[in-house]
Amino acid sequence: MDVSAPPAGTPASFVSPGMIAPEPAPISTRGPIAWSRAHLFGSPFQIILTLFGLAVIYVVVPPVLRFFIFDAVFTGTGRNACLPEVIGRPVGACWPFIGAKFNQIVYGFYPEAERWRVNLVYLIGVVLLAPLMIQKVPYKRLNALLFFGAYPVAAYVLLTGGNLQLRGFLLSWVGLGPLVTTIGQAIGFSTGFWPDYVISALLVAAIAAAAAPVFAGSRKGAAKTALGAFVILGVVLAAVDINFGLPWVETRVWGGMLVTLVIAVTGIVASLPLGILLALGRRSQMPLVRIASTLFIEFWRGVPLITVLFFATYMLPLFLPGRFTIDGLLRALVGVALFASAYMAEVVRGGLQAIPKGQYEGAQALGLPGGLMMRLVVLPQALKLVIPGIVNNFIGLFKDTTLVLIVSIFDLLGVLRAAFTDPAWATPTTVVTGFGFAGLFYFVFCFGMSRYSMALEKRLDRNRRH
Amino acid sequence: MKRILIAAAGVLALSAGVAKATTLDDVKARGALNCGVTQGLPGFSSPDDKGNWTGIDVDFCRAVAAAIFNDANKVRFTPLSAKDRFTALQSGAIDVLSRNTTWTMSRDTTLGFNFAGVMYYDGQGFMVRKSLNIKSAKELNGASICVQTGTTHELNLGDYFRANNMKYEVIAFSTIDETVKAYDSGRCDVFTSDQSQIYAIKLKLTNAGDHIVLPEVISKEPLGPLVRHGDDQWFDLIKWTYYALLNAEELGVTQKNADQEVNSANPEVKRLLGSDGKFGEGIGLSNDWALRAVKQVGNYGEIFDRNVGPNSPLGIQRGLNKLWTQGGLQYGMPIR
Repeated sequence: MDVSAPPAGTPASFVSPGMIAPEPAPISTRGPIAWSRAHLFGSPFQIILTLFGLAVIYVVVPPVLRFFIFDAVFTGTGRNACLPEVIGRPVGACWPFIGAKFNQIVYGFYPEAERWRVNLVYLIGVVLLAPLMIQKVPYKRLNALLFFGAYPVAAYVLLTGGNLQLRGFLLSWVGLGPLVTTIGQAIGFSTGFWPDYVISALLVAAIAAAAAPVFAGSRKGAAKTALGAFVILGVVLAAVDINFGLPWVETRVWGGMLVTLVIAVTGIVASLPLGILLALGRRSQMPLVRIASTLFIEFWRGVPLITVLFFATYMLPLFLPGRFTIDGLLRALVGVALFASAYMAEVVRGGLQAIPKGQYEGAQALGLPGGLMMRLVVLPQALKLVIPGIVNNFIGLFKDTTLVLIVSIFDLLGVLRAAFTDPAWATPTTVVTGFGFAGLFYFVFCFGMSRYSMALEKRLDRNRRH
Repeated sequence: MKRILIAAAGVLALSAGVAKATTLDDVKARGALNCGVTQGLPGFSSPDDKGNWTGIDVDFCRAVAAAIFNDANKVRFTPLSAKDRFTALQSGAIDVLSRNTTWTMSRDTTLGFNFAGVMYYDGQGFMVRKSLNIKSAKELNGASICVQTGTTHELNLGDYFRANNMKYEVIAFSTIDETVKAYDSGRCDVFTSDQSQIYAIKLKLTNAGDHIVLPEVISKEPLGPLVRHGDDQWFDLIKWTYYALLNAEELGVTQKNADQEVNSANPEVKRLLGSDGKFGEGIGLSNDWALRAVKQVGNYGEIFDRNVGPNSPLGIQRGLNKLWTQGGLQYGMPIR
C-alpha cells in the first residue's frame, strides 16, 4: 500500500497541522461574575467588607462630587456670586474665590511686575529636574551639576534680585577694611571686596601649602585644592554680587506656592547629604565626631519644629548684637534644613546597619580606602534599601512647611487663610473651597513623590527580583 | 584729638538720652513705615484680590505713611499673630502696632507700650435670628446662648444677665468655628462675641440676611494703635495723626475736598491743614502733614465707612464710634 498517496475519499491517519487553540476557561472561572465572586464575594467576611465598602462610597462620593462639581459655582465676582440666597440654588464650592486669589496663591505678595522672575525659576527648575528623573536621558553628571550647583544660585539671584554689593571678605573682618577698599577703588571697583577676596584666597592657599606636610599631604595638592575651592566660591559670589538690574524683592513679600516650594526643595536637597554625613558620623570610630553627630541628631529630633521656628524668628534677634539681622525666611530655611537632616540621618543609619559585614570586608580585601568603600560599595546599597524611608521624610517635610505660618511666613496655606478673611469673599462655603484646593495641591505633590519613589525602587531592585 | 571729641560727644549724647536715632529718623532713612497688622481679620486688615492690605487698621498706617512721606503706599505690613505682636513691637521689628489690640492698663504700663488712641470701640454684642422679633438685648430673658468657652465673653455674659435679672442657658464650645456652626444650625437662639467679629461671622452664615445684630454692647474693648515706650516724639506723631483724622471728619474735610479746604475761612480747618500755624513741626513733619494724610486716605468717617461701615460687605453701624457731636465717643483733641 502506498502510504504517501492514499486514495481519495478514504479516511486515513490524521496529523494535526498545528496546535489546537486552548479552550476558554469554564464560564464559572472567567468574566466579571467569576472575578467578583473571587475578589468581592468569596467568603461571608468578604461579602460584609464589600458591602461596607460600597456603603462608604455611596455615603461619601456623591456629596463630595455634588459639593465640588455639580453644585459648585465656577464664574462670577465677589461674594454675591456664591450666595445661595442671591443666585437662588444650593451652592457648593465657590471656585471664583480661588480664581480671584490665584495669583496670591502662586506668588504671595510678590510684586506683580516682577512675577516673570518667579515663573522663570519654576520653568528652569522643571527643565532641569525632568531629565534628571528620567533614566534614559544622557548627561546625568552635567545635569546634576546644573541642578544642584548652578540652579540654586540662579534661583537666588532671580528671586531676590542679587546685587548684594559685597563690601569685604576675610581681611575686612580683621580690621584691614580701609586698606582693601583703597586698593579696590584704585583698580576700579566701588568696594574692596574683590582685592580682599583674591588676597585672602592666596593667603589661605599659602597656609594650606605650608601646613600640608604636617598632615602628610603634598604642598602642591593642598594649595591646588584650596585655590580650586576659592575659584568655585568666587564664581558663586560674583553671581550674587553682579548688578543685573533686577529690583530687589524682599523675602517678606514672598508667599504662597513659591514659599512652600522654596522651603520644601531646600529642605529636601539639603537634608539628604547632611543626613548621610551625620549618619556616617554617628557610626564613626572617632569619638569626637561620633559624639558631636549624636548630640546634633538627638537635639534636633528632640525639639519640635514649631519651637525651632519660633526660636529662630523671635528669640535669636534678642541674642544677636545690635542691628545684625538675618533674613526671616533664611532663618526658617536653616531651621527646616537642620531639622530634616537629623531625621534623615537616622533613616540612612538604618540602611547602613542593614549592610552585612561581608560587604565591608570584601571592599577592604579589594584594597579600597575608607572613603571609596563607602561611596562605591556601602552607600549605594544602603541608600537603595531606605528609599521608602527617605521619601517618607520628604513627604513629611513637604507638609511640615505649613508650620512656617506661625512665624508670619505666608506659605500656601497661610495665604489661603489670609484670603478667607477678605470680606469681599465671605460666604458659607469659601473656607471649605479653600481647604479643598489646598488639600488637592498637597496631594498632587506628595502622591507624585510617592509614585516616583516606587518606580525608582523597582528599577534599583533588580538583584532581588525573583 | 578728633577721636577724643567724638568720644566726648558720645558721652554727652548718652547722658542726654538721645544716643539712638529717633524712630522717625529710622523710618525716614528706611523710606517706609513698618506696621504690624493681623494675619487676616475682616474689615481690620486683610489682603484683597490684588494682594494689597486693606482694612481700618491698615488705613491708619497708610495715613501715618502719607503724613510722613506724602505716599500712603510707603508702608511695609508685617502680619503678626496675637502671640508675636508684642515681641515684634518691643524688638523694633515694627514701628507701630495697628493690630486690633485692646487698650488695657497692663499693656500700657508694664508691657512698656503707649496707646495712641482708639480706632474702634469694640465690645461684646449679640446676634439673633430676625424671626425671633427681638430688638434689644434686654428681651433675651430665657434665651439659649452659644459662646466660646474660656473667653471673657463667657464671664461678661454672666455679669450682664445677673445685673439685668434675666435667666439664660449657656451652650459652650471650645472653638469659635464650632460655636458658629452650632448657632447656624439652630442649636441656640443667640450668638455672642465681640461685635466686629459678629458682623464678620454673619457674612458666612447660610442666610446672612436672616440674622440681626442687637445694638447693645456689654463690654469694653477699645482697639487702637500702639508704640513702644521711649520715643515721645514718635508717640505724639501717631497720636496726632489719629486726632487729625477725627478732626477732619468733624470739620467736614474729606479726601475729595481737602485741597479746596486749605483755603477755608474756618481757622480750625486752616490749622488742621497747615495753612495757619506751625503744628507739623512739633511732631517733626512739615505743617501740611494732616492734609497729606486726609487727602490720600480720607478722614475717620471715610475710613470707617469704606472698611467696616455701610460701604463694605460688613455693614457695621457706627454706634459708639460716632463722633462725640453725634452721640458717640470719638473725640479729636483740638489742634491749636
